[in-house]
Amino acid sequence: MNIPVEYFIALSTLLFFIGVFGFVTRRNLVAMLISIELILNSVDINFAVFNRILFPAQFEGFFFTLFSIGVSAAETAVALAIIINVYRNYHSDQVNSIENMKF
Amino acid sequence: MEYSYAFLILLLPFLSFLVLGLCGMKMKKPVAGLIGTIMLGSLFAMSLYTAYEYFFVIGRDAATGLYPTVTVFNFTWLKFTELLTFNIGFRLTPISVMMLIVITTVSFMVHIYSFGYMAERDDKYKFEEYEHGFQRFYAYLSLFTMSMLGLVVATNIFQMYMFWELVGVCSYLLIGFYYPKHSAVHASKKAFIVTRFADLFFLIGILFFSYYVGTFNYDMNANPELIGKLASVAAKYSWLLPSALFLMFIGGAGKSAMFPLHIWLPDAMEGPTPVSALIHAATMVVAGVYQVASLFPIWVQYAPNQLHWIAYIAAFTSFYAAAVACCQSDIKRGLAFSTISQIAYMLVALGVSCAIDNHEGGLGYMAGMFHLFTHAMFKALLFLCSGAIIVIIGSNFKQYMGGLHKYMPITNICFLIGCIAISGVWPLAGFFSKDEIVSACFEFSPFMGWFMTLVSGMTAFYMFRLYYVIFWGQSYYELDPENRKKPGEVPFVMWGPLVFLAIVSIFAGWIPFGHFVSATGQSMEIGLQHFEFTSVAWFSLLAAAIGIGLATWMYLPKNNPVPDMLAKKMPRLHKAALNRFYIDDAWQFFTHKIVFGCFSKPIAWFDRHVIDGTFNFMAWGAQEAGETIRPWQSGDVRSYAAWFLTGTVALTLILLCILS
Amino acid sequence: MANLVMFCILAVVILGSAVMCVITKRIIRAATFLLFVLFGVAGIYFLLDYTYLGAAQISVYAGGITVMYIFAIQLVSKRSLQGLIERVKGSRVISGLLLSLVGLATVGVVLIKNNFINAAAQVTDTEVPMDQIGTALLGSGKYQYVLPFEFISVFLLACIIGGIMIARKEDKK
Repeated sequence: MNIPVEYFIALSTLLFFIGVFGFVTRRNLVAMLISIELILNSVDINFAVFNRILFPAQFEGFFFTLFSIGVSAAETAVALAIIINVYRNYHSDQVNSIENMKF
Repeated sequence: MEYSYAFLILLLPFLSFLVLGLCGMKMKKPVAGLIGTIMLGSLFAMSLYTAYEYFFVIGRDAATGLYPTVTVFNFTWLKFTELLTFNIGFRLTPISVMMLIVITTVSFMVHIYSFGYMAERDDKYKFEEYEHGFQRFYAYLSLFTMSMLGLVVATNIFQMYMFWELVGVCSYLLIGFYYPKHSAVHASKKAFIVTRFADLFFLIGILFFSYYVGTFNYDMNANPELIGKLASVAAKYSWLLPSALFLMFIGGAGKSAMFPLHIWLPDAMEGPTPVSALIHAATMVVAGVYQVASLFPIWVQYAPNQLHWIAYIAAFTSFYAAAVACCQSDIKRGLAFSTISQIAYMLVALGVSCAIDNHEGGLGYMAGMFHLFTHAMFKALLFLCSGAIIVIIGSNFKQYMGGLHKYMPITNICFLIGCIAISGVWPLAGFFSKDEIVSACFEFSPFMGWFMTLVSGMTAFYMFRLYYVIFWGQSYYELDPENRKKPGEVPFVMWGPLVFLAIVSIFAGWIPFGHFVSATGQSMEIGLQHFEFTSVAWFSLLAAAIGIGLATWMYLPKNNPVPDMLAKKMPRLHKAALNRFYIDDAWQFFTHKIVFGCFSKPIAWFDRHVIDGTFNFMAWGAQEAGETIRPWQSGDVRSYAAWFLTGTVALTLILLCILS
Repeated sequence: MANLVMFCILAVVILGSAVMCVITKRIIRAATFLLFVLFGVAGIYFLLDYTYLGAAQISVYAGGITVMYIFAIQLVSKRSLQGLIERVKGSRVISGLLLSLVGLATVGVVLIKNNFINAAAQVTDTEVPMDQIGTALLGSGKYQYVLPFEFISVFLLACIIGGIMIARKEDKK
């Protein structure tokens, strides 16, 4: 294992901010969700890397990542259900059609 | 304590005001009237008893030979500084006891009379829409009585000022009693504003006086330390006391309708006639006279020249008012100008006094007070008679009257008695009081004496003109008997007070007034009452006779062409006199063009644009800020996330900078 | 050496797919690129000797979630499937880019200033044994994860039920 930890962290940082860019820019609801998945994945990488390289004798990061994957799955399911409901009511998949909370 | 009931004299009318004011509309009208009248009847009894106690039972103080000044109670209300306190008290001196009698007598008669005047009577008199508020009337009358009583028993000048203002308020309320009528509202505003404007000078005078002298008390008998204080102030600042006293007199001039502040009194006749009788004939308008009389010892000692100025102003006023009264066609306005003239007489009497010796110049004080007493009685009588006439005829104007001696006999006799009294004919009351005044004027200067004699002749002329025009001459009713209302006599509740006041007018002249009230406090004899007629007395009787004779010749026969011919020969003079020599218009010009135009408009502009503008601007700013911030809540999740992230990044950067 | 090469290839795959994922205008392509990213991340896990985690990543994320996305897209974005593209507002792109770059810079600064301890030298290059994972996952001692395990099972049940509740068709009464 001779890859310095900084490389991994740089990778996950880049992935994180690509996800942020996608979230802020895209108008399609599903595309925004996909960007969120990118963010979550970058965070998972971070946890796994910290555990493996900095504290190899322990398992906290490993299990955190495992559970994070599970929770992401559940959250994606619920979010997609909401999007389907939104589509039924607003007949649009654009995020700027949901503007009831506008001033 | 002898006068332990004295606080009731102030408390009872105030309670009556509260009860009638708050619960009056729930009572029946006669109940409200009875409460007011009974309360005032008890006040009348109390003041007669007080006079009896003061003058006869307790009598003169053995050591000084004067009637003692009794301070019944005097408690501190406000402390301005350690030395300067504002007290409310009750003080009895000869003139205040006399005023108690005057006020309660006339007020009592007015209360009884108002039962008839203010009540609804469908058969004889049709009610105008605005003539309601019987209970309110009695409430205001009670408040006025209390205020006037508080004024005359004041222990210090500030209490007098406070009740002075209260009296002004009552006058405003009562003049504007028929508030739906536009002219009444206008008149009440005018009265209040003019007197309030004069009271400003009164207040400045009080402030000067109290600041330098260090006290509000003005009675040297009750406060002996005042003598020393006044002497030291006069020695240090010779201008102070004359100016302070004269400023105070200006306030009194406003209330007592001296030229040029007299403009409110004729318009004040818009109020109901009992109000005119009580306030604008007998009591409130003599407040100025009473003020000068109370401060008289200070005036004579420290401001004798200013006292003479008062005499000059008052003399001119009495002549002016008499001239205007000769041409008035509204009987109440004629009586109002007569009142102005007679009050000026009282102030002339006070003004020509130049020493506190009873016979070397002190005569004026006693004469002025005596005239106040008798004038209150017969002027109230005249006003109440005119009220009876107005109620029967339905209008103030003389063109609807005439020949009423057949239909209103009692009113005829009473009015005649009042006219004889005011003209100064022996043996009625006016003769004694007026001639004492004229004698005092002759002592001062012969010109003043002849001037006042001339004015008394004019008084006789215009009063008898009024009398003949109302009661004799061509009857308005008889010109067209079918369409016009037949006049009848007023009911007992109205002519009872008339008869009472007429009897007082006949006999009041014989009261040995000099025993009770005089400049030095020592008893003085009134020569005329002992049938010692001086030449002055004969001259004034002659002047009265000429006046009466002229009036009789001009106005007694029906359709005498002489008055109209005179009016045609001097049209401008006649018109000017009718319009009161345009003084009102001059004041209107002054207020509207100068005060409103040059002072009020710029200030109003400043208030509206600068002061309101600041607050409007602040509100506008807040609203604009809100409108700017509002779009931040766009309902767009992406913006929220972006801002959230921005904030986090910024916070991290700040922390980095701080920590590193 | 080989690890480094592998890492570089995986990094290129991940970042390239991620960039394409957020830039592309067609939503199905975004889902496909997401799939590639997920495979890449699984590869990273394998590189770190976390084989179990990598397997979980592939089966749950790449297998389950991507399929869910495809289904959702087909239900929701009819226009996108028919080839209509989504226009992206220019100003939004600029601001998003700016925000990302600034954030990147900040994190980069923190990263550079930090000293990471490097304890990896002590560990041998083997994968984590499975029985250790199993004992830790279902054990109830200190540092053992039975509670989150049970919790997440209930949580998944709740999410299933919730999803069904939200997305069912309302009965027309």
